[in-house]
Amino acid sequence: MDIETYSLILSALLFAIGTAGVLLRRNAIIMFMCIELMLNAVNLTLVVFSRSLGIEAQVFVFFVMAVAAAEAAVGLAIIIAIFRHYELVDVDRFNLLKW
Amino acid sequence: MILDFSSPIDYLWALLPEVVLAATGLLVLVVDVFQRGSRSGPSRAWVGWTAVAGVLLALVANGYLLEFEAPGRSGMIAMDTFRIAMNFVILGATALGLFLAFDYLRREGMDIGEFYFLVLMAAVGMMLLAGSRDLIVVFVSLELMSLSAYVLTGFNRKDPRSAEAALKYFLMGAFASGFLLYGIALLFGATGSTNLALVTSEVTRGAQEGNLLLYAGVALVVVGFAFKISAVPFHMWTPDTYEGAPTPVTGYMAAGVKAAGFAALLRIVTVELAPAAEVWTEILWWLAVLTMIVPNLIALAQDSVKRMLAYSSIAHAGYLLVGVVAGSSAGRSAALLYLAVYSVMTIGAFAVVGLVAGKGDSRTGLADYRGLGWRRPLLGGLMVIFLLSLAGFPPTGGFIGKLYLLIAAVDAGHVALAVILVVTSFVSYYYYLRVIWKMYFEEAPEDAVLPAAPGGAFRLAAVVAALAILVSGLFPGRAIQTAETVGQDLAPRPATPFSQPAVPMGVPDTTTD
Repeated sequence: MDIETYSLILSALLFAIGTAGVLLRRNAIIMFMCIELMLNAVNLTLVVFSRSLGIEAQVFVFFVMAVAAAEAAVGLAIIIAIFRHYELVDVDRFNLLKW
Repeated sequence: MILDFSSPIDYLWALLPEVVLAATGLLVLVVDVFQRGSRSGPSRAWVGWTAVAGVLLALVANGYLLEFEAPGRSGMIAMDTFRIAMNFVILGATALGLFLAFDYLRREGMDIGEFYFLVLMAAVGMMLLAGSRDLIVVFVSLELMSLSAYVLTGFNRKDPRSAEAALKYFLMGAFASGFLLYGIALLFGATGSTNLALVTSEVTRGAQEGNLLLYAGVALVVVGFAFKISAVPFHMWTPDTYEGAPTPVTGYMAAGVKAAGFAALLRIVTVELAPAAEVWTEILWWLAVLTMIVPNLIALAQDSVKRMLAYSSIAHAGYLLVGVVAGSSAGRSAALLYLAVYSVMTIGAFAVVGLVAGKGDSRTGLADYRGLGWRRPLLGGLMVIFLLSLAGFPPTGGFIGKLYLLIAAVDAGHVALAVILVVTSFVSYYYYLRVIWKMYFEEAPEDAVLPAAPGGAFRLAAVVAALAILVSGLFPGRAIQTAETVGQDLAPRPATPFSQPAVPMGVPDTTTD
């Protein structure tokens, strides 16, 4: 196998770790970090593809990074907003609405 | 005028309604700061009306798009009538949502400029998503729409329910975006392009060779969109988010976000990825079945009208998925028609719920609707029309929409789906009619609080919405004709429709060196 295949397997593994983290962990901040891990796994995939398929993928990576930054701003603001109400960020403990 | 996307100016013309809307959004944000000065509290009323004016201007600009022709299919944005029709649906939903939100916003002290800015930005994202023909644009516009919607959900900072809804929506939405993005990356890997027209011709080849990367990419893209349109089993966030969000935002999300998600699903999956139909038909078929059955059963047990309507909106995603699974141009026409009617009736129903709920958004229970029909005749009458249309009774637009979905499903050979659609619609009668029963056949208790009288904007918009539903149900000819023309315009074309090489704008041509 060549380096590209290995890198693709690595990014798939990273994506799977991120997915598992979101599904298994209950702390909102850690769930959010796992989502960021998923996005960065995708970035790695795109960079690997750009070796053979052209620069377009690397441009895409910059878009993903910009969007991830915006997402972090909004997400952390929402987590702070909920912390002000509950003084905790554990999603299992928010039960005003049936989860 | 002919657009060939050879210069950036062409994109400015092609994106005219989006540009108008985005400019209005920025203007609202700036003037809001200046008119407020050092005072705190709500903005002046004209800030909201500026946003409405921007939406109306964008509607005009959208009509102007019909003047343009884009013969090649190389642009990053589609110039077909399907995009224009979807833009009308989204802009109509935005205008209706804003008109119906004014009373609520003033009552809850949320009448500030950022709200209108976020609504306009969400609308820009929806319109771009509905028209995008490039995977990068799909991702960026989806995120623009979603990020605005997350903030709007948590907009009522004093209400813990609002914050909780926003957190759940954000975590699940960002999770889904991750799947969609991975799907896009794999599609890019399998086809070597982000331009959907190029992707399509490569997908034809990839499907013949049984390319694993391609199959995984298509499946992940479908799953990503399934989250956004809240198809079962990816719907866990929907009831909580819709119940906790400020009610006008709920109505707007249920209509706009779903409409944009379905537009993208119809365009990208059923048209551009049509060669990979064997992958997505199976997935979407099961999603449609589950999405019709599960929420209709859960809705039967709901005591809160707002939560019941949230489940009803999931069920409607199931009906719409039938049109997507059909995959024919008849299916696309039917889905478009149903989306248009659905946005109007669902925004209307949620607006009435928001009004009845009263200060603090607390009275959303079924018991709060007792005797409402007699004590507020206009409000009761409007709610009856919205609910009957959601249930699919003749002579409302909801009935015509469902009928056309059924015809499209049977024509495409999906008889089982058509049967499930009919049966689940009958089940849904129970929970819609239960609200009407409470409104007219049960006495209001002595200490019941009468909902505040709605303002002029609310009355006007709600009556127009109800009339639109009735007219589309009584005289559907024109609407059906339009939907059919538009549906045919979106049909897949032969695999190599290019007259010129399709190198997307802004990407250096790597083939020359």
